[in-house]
Amino acid sequence: MKITRAEVEHVGRLARLALSEDELNALTGEMDAILNYVEQLNELNTDGIVPTAHAVPVENAFRPDEVKPGFTPEQALSNAPDAAQSAFRVPRVIE
Amino acid sequence: MTQPYETVIGLEIHAQLTTNTKIFCGCSTEFGKTPNSQTCPVCLGLPGALPVLNRQVVEFAIKTGLATNCQIAPRSIFARKNYFYPDLPKGYQISQFELPVCEHGWQDIELEGGESKRIGITRIHMEEDAGKLIHGDTPEALGTSLVDLNRACTPLLEIVSEPDMRSADEAISYLKKIHQIVVYLGVCNGNLEEGSFRCDANVSVRPYGQAELGTRAELKNINSFRFIKEAIEHEVERQIDLIESGGKVVQETRLFDSNTGMTRSMRGKEEAHDYRYFPDPDLVPLVIDDSWIDAVRSSLPELPDAKRKRFIEKLGLPEYDAEVLASDRLLANYFDACVTHAKEAKACANWIMGEVLRKLKETDTLIGEVPISPVMLAELLDRIADNTISGKIGKTVFEKMWQTGRGADELIESEGLKQVTDTGAIETLVDEVIAANPDQVAEYLGGKDKLIGFFVGKVMQASQGKANPGMVNQLLIKRLKGN
Repeated sequence: MKITRAEVEHVGRLARLALSEDELNALTGEMDAILNYVEQLNELNTDGIVPTAHAVPVENAFRPDEVKPGFTPEQALSNAPDAAQSAFRVPRVIE
Repeated sequence: MTQPYETVIGLEIHAQLTTNTKIFCGCSTEFGKTPNSQTCPVCLGLPGALPVLNRQVVEFAIKTGLATNCQIAPRSIFARKNYFYPDLPKGYQISQFELPVCEHGWQDIELEGGESKRIGITRIHMEEDAGKLIHGDTPEALGTSLVDLNRACTPLLEIVSEPDMRSADEAISYLKKIHQIVVYLGVCNGNLEEGSFRCDANVSVRPYGQAELGTRAELKNINSFRFIKEAIEHEVERQIDLIESGGKVVQETRLFDSNTGMTRSMRGKEEAHDYRYFPDPDLVPLVIDDSWIDAVRSSLPELPDAKRKRFIEKLGLPEYDAEVLASDRLLANYFDACVTHAKEAKACANWIMGEVLRKLKETDTLIGEVPISPVMLAELLDRIADNTISGKIGKTVFEKMWQTGRGADELIESEGLKQVTDTGAIETLVDEVIAANPDQVAEYLGGKDKLIGFFVGKVMQASQGKANPGMVNQLLIKRLKGN
């Protein structure tokens, strides 16, 4: 096995996913299969090859430092489930 | 108590850059605006929005890297740092992990006693800031947190040091150096209160002689130079007490509370430390060639350390004066401009550190707004140096120059402040004073030499401060003794 059930559980928790027992079992199998598939790459000799950071051979896409109009606060908050005082409102996050 | 433990400190400094816009979108970075009035699909993390790198951020990163002796990476990439927090709309922060833009730098600090110590800089990387959480107490905010995303996506440089510092004082000294450099370069406004310049300290202790580092705690939330010292010193004490009483330091993030001077554990963030970095597919690699680096290098101003050294070695200033004058770029420029026009560097230093700084403070003026230009100050100092006026009258002239913006020569002329160096004129005054104070003359001749000061004062007063004090002194002694 390339991945354990405990690791899948951990990754699930990091992604804030509530996984049932059945889902955990199924995902462990699926993720194991994916890792086995990718494992094939290890058959190739990649010595001296720079790791790919981007799929397209492009570099240096820049933007000038000029202010562009954005949203009004009303627009920014228009999809917020809850808002107050021109801000997104969430359950208190600090102890 | 003997101190069998050695303190080890590394600093992570976050400097917010002075760009007009955010790092990946065109929203303004202006501080203190209505919450969420400076946002767009990119910095709100809306689906499908594409971040594009602000070129000025790269320019500032190269600048800072060169100023701190770093190597600039020919190729660097951006990565996603994944964690959930309400101030982070995308669920990840765009940062750099592998291949940061600058590496392997250093900065020297001065220790007590004049020795210097080199602090290693591991890396400098570019990243975006998170939004701001407001934990309001108004009825409608109670039990909730308000999220303002104006700051989200604001460009930061994170400057990471090696664990090279061995005391809170060394940490402060290094921090002040970096602060001075980023402000000199104009890449950061250096405002600690507004959070434009922030510092996290990694602190650990180990028994002297042990090579391996102790377990460290990361201190966050420190927003003044004084608090950093307090926080580190308190944390070192806490760790030593813990070890002495048989406990173990755990690796954790601790918050400094400036009200109590203590640090406290910030629990519940442990699991979040698994950030699962990976290259951000939205951003293409950044390639910086030598011609770009050279262009930035040639635009660098003289840095504070170099300036201080020049003031001492070339201009012969004492170390203290050099330190004060080099500490602020505009102040140093003012001094430099004054020196090129005046005869004596030390006189410029004295007057700028004395009169100019005092006046700035009194009138709440910035050095850039001084009504007396460096050339005008130089003219005034030269008039003192060539005895046209005395130093005392010089202060009066300085005051008038500040108020009117007029030149020294013009004021000396129109106000009739020129020093009297005519022997005959001074002799007349001397004789008058001697004639008017027979008792004091008798006492002086009876051996009370100190009274010479009294006579000089009287003569100076009679001349309205314009007589040359040296000549007054000389003539008085001659006349009194000859009486």
